Amino acid sequence: MGTSSGVETANRLGYERAMFTPEKIKLIVEDKMPGSRVQVKDLTGTQDHFELTIVSKEFEGKGLVDRHRMVYAMFGSAVGAEIHALSLKTFTPAEYK
Amino acid sequence: MSDSVHKQIEKEITENKIMVYMKGTPEMPQCGFSKAVVDVFEVLEAPFASRDVLSDPDLRDGIKTFTHWPTIPQVFINGKFIGGCDIIREMYFKGELEPLVKAALGK
Repeated sequence: MGTSSGVETANRLGYERAMFTPEKIKLIVEDKMPGSRVQVKDLTGTQDHFELTIVSKEFEGKGLVDRHRMVYAMFGSAVGAEIHALSLKTFTPAEYK
Repeated sequence: MSDSVHKQIEKEITENKIMVYMKGTPEMPQCGFSKAVVDVFEVLEAPFASRDVLSDPDLRDGIKTFTHWPTIPQVFINGKFIGGCDIIREMYFKGELEPLVKAALGK
């Protein structure tokens, strides 16, 4: 039936993609933003749509655009490529209370 | 090449109070994040102009180099880059977007 080709396609795509996992993303952020608290959710189970919640002092005094740019920069060209979607929630410790 | 795309973007964000670069059209968004942005402006009853980056590969790359922002959708109000889907939603829920939109539209 129609499902077998879909599964094959998914497997092929999954195999070819450079893999990100929630654990890997957490490590990258914690490495680049020492002292931050990081939570990662795989939104689709396909390892390319993630939701990232970060609490960090480094966001203090920064607007949302700057905060998101800081996070995107940690992943280089992967955002928009291997990472199809990265949904961001950024807080300073005071905002997270 | 990207120079002329950037000029075109500059023109569009100047001529349109609210300009959205998205995947698909407001009637038929091709991505949940683009749809979320359209939903917010519809709830605010704010008319906006949009362009579909999926139908124009040069625009799809050009908008990213214009803002140094790697993802679509991208929203401009009064010629200023405001952010992507998460930022628009967050500003909406905090009540920050409506005054910005109203001021831009002169309401």
